[in-house]
Amino acid sequence: MVEKFDAIVIGAGPSGNAATYTLAKQGLKVLQLERGEYAGAKNVQGGIMYAHELEKIIPDFRDDCPTERHIIEQRIWLLGDDNYIGTNYRSEAYNSDTPNRYTIIRANIDKWFAEKIRAVGGLQICETTVTELIRDPSGKVIGVRTDREGGEIHADVVIMADGVNALLARRSGYQKEAAPENVALAVKEILFIDPELIQQRFGIKDDEGVVIEIMGKVTKGMVGTAFLYTNKESLTIGIGCLVSDFKKGDCPPYKMLEDLKNHPVIKPLIEGAEMKEYCAHLIPEGGFKAIPQLYGDGWMVVGDAAHFNNAAHREGSNLAMASGRMAAETVIELKAAGKDFSAGNLAGYKAKLDESFIIKDLKKYRELPGIMHSNKQFFGAYPDEITQAAHNWFTVDSVDKRTKEKAIMKSFVKRRSVFGLVGDAIKLVRAMR
Amino acid sequence: MHIVVCIKQVPDSAQIRIHPVTNTIMRQGVPAIINPFDLFSLEEALRLKDKVGARVTVLTMGPPMAEASLRKALSLGADDAVLLTDRKFAGSDTLATSYALTSAILKLSEEDPVDIVFCGKQTVDGDTAQVGPGIATRLGFEQLTYITRIEELNESAKEIVVQRRSEGGVQVLKTRLPCMITMLEGTNTMRFGKMDDMFRAARYELKTWSRDFTGAEEAKVGLKGSPTVVSKVFVPKPRAEKAKMITADGSSPDALAAAALDAIFAAQPKLADDLLARAAAGL
Repeated sequence: MVEKFDAIVIGAGPSGNAATYTLAKQGLKVLQLERGEYAGAKNVQGGIMYAHELEKIIPDFRDDCPTERHIIEQRIWLLGDDNYIGTNYRSEAYNSDTPNRYTIIRANIDKWFAEKIRAVGGLQICETTVTELIRDPSGKVIGVRTDREGGEIHADVVIMADGVNALLARRSGYQKEAAPENVALAVKEILFIDPELIQQRFGIKDDEGVVIEIMGKVTKGMVGTAFLYTNKESLTIGIGCLVSDFKKGDCPPYKMLEDLKNHPVIKPLIEGAEMKEYCAHLIPEGGFKAIPQLYGDGWMVVGDAAHFNNAAHREGSNLAMASGRMAAETVIELKAAGKDFSAGNLAGYKAKLDESFIIKDLKKYRELPGIMHSNKQFFGAYPDEITQAAHNWFTVDSVDKRTKEKAIMKSFVKRRSVFGLVGDAIKLVRAMR
Repeated sequence: MHIVVCIKQVPDSAQIRIHPVTNTIMRQGVPAIINPFDLFSLEEALRLKDKVGARVTVLTMGPPMAEASLRKALSLGADDAVLLTDRKFAGSDTLATSYALTSAILKLSEEDPVDIVFCGKQTVDGDTAQVGPGIATRLGFEQLTYITRIEELNESAKEIVVQRRSEGGVQVLKTRLPCMITMLEGTNTMRFGKMDDMFRAARYELKTWSRDFTGAEEAKVGLKGSPTVVSKVFVPKPRAEKAKMITADGSSPDALAAAALDAIFAAQPKLADDLLARAAAGL
């Protein structure tokens, strides 16, 4: 006999977990299918979790959620060859009882979330891959087929939370394969280190944490960024660039990460640490213009699979959780109103997204991916010029300041021309508007 | 036909790390798995189930988290699962463990007599290979260890014919039921469970048994019932000294032995004196 559920959620990442938990909590009969050996087995995240969205789903998550450190300081660095220029923001206010964000080890969070889902009656089944959506003759999705014998399962609605590759949506013809310029490949390492060294090197105590977001010459002109995060007893260091840039083959990801680790300003921070884990993952970076069709008859797509990622602000898991919650709330509302899950009714999900920070933010930066992709000077010439300018300016050598200013200006103009500089400024404004 | 498969949840030894500062095993983040050797026995039990319609009960002793290993076994097709868990069992060595598991198997037999007990050949964390034979001895079951193949199971005659790997070759053994079997690794491949079994495993209400329930004597389980003493756990230090090459004149065994002894006595002069003194004393 084929089992029937109110909803099937595919994937046990932040978006799928948020959807499953929200549905189960409202008493719906929900099945979550995960292909990994356990929830989190296949998941990779840089490692920042924003509290606000999780709070909306599980208000008291701080009681037992296995977070690493709460962030009290954010640094943004522009790397030159052997230097950096940057900004820091640090605040005691982030030491409140309800910190705004945390570093995390993703697998721990997913396991914790799985427990929470079980506690509210959600059924999570792992090691089971959904191979296709089952549709009735009219094209409405009525269930899924898995890779197991007797693997047909029915549901009123299917929520696809299967991650950046969106395999099911692609296989079902709802999405095309993401273009290489819309996807970044990121690699990272977790480096084991004595917590006391972390505290000394980053000027923090107890569970306080620091994150460093990095741009600059280390990406060798490719569109990409790097990061260094403090965990409880490890550091996470990573770097990612667009797949379209890596494809050219100038520098493989592992080499770029090695270069980052050996950069003279990074090396002292990670000295003596021992590599514990190495992972790689794709990140959807196409922004607003890359968002696919988000719903149809009997289905919705959430999280990375819906391309919900704000590359400019390094936000992803919060968009994932928010979209998962909104999809679930749409189901709950329709169910309560006795309505079906036709595309027309599921449009309510899109309406919720449009009203939220997800679409508003992605829309604001809609030009950013395209402009960055076709203007590599932001990742090559500018880091070079800016760090050199800083070096000249802060070096005291009896050259008068007016002459220094002129030399710096001249160097910029020589590199980019006056038109180029003005054009770049306009592009930046357009990208951020 | 009632088959009991004893399994153990172990840390995935392929993923164990040693804490660089404290030198202790870091269990955090190390996935817990079913002891790989147990899976060969579980699969063989499930094959017997397919063949003769046996009922397969999986049994484990461990902390509450061992529940995951039982659910996994259920998802592969086992019918029932029993978790033997009690603080009183904590610290049990192989003697106490085989006693505790035996008490549970006897309890299971009250309801449905057990014909075959399957165990893993050994565990990957303890590596003793003592618990299976311990259970067989306590139950008075025939012992069939290192089995590579079950050739025949005659239910009415209560007989089983198996192939056993031995040092000299392959033994074909016929014995009476009930018996205890440990399968040799690599003799079968674990199946991929059915969707129905996945649902059943997720929803199954696990039987959790305490020491009181099984009637195991308190003095025979846990630390109290365990004569094994772990005196020290340490990480072996790599040896600093280099190997020494000894050269001899000629290649006759006498010459080689003399050269080797000379080198040993040269490095340990006390040993030579000691041996001479003992020889003089007639020891």
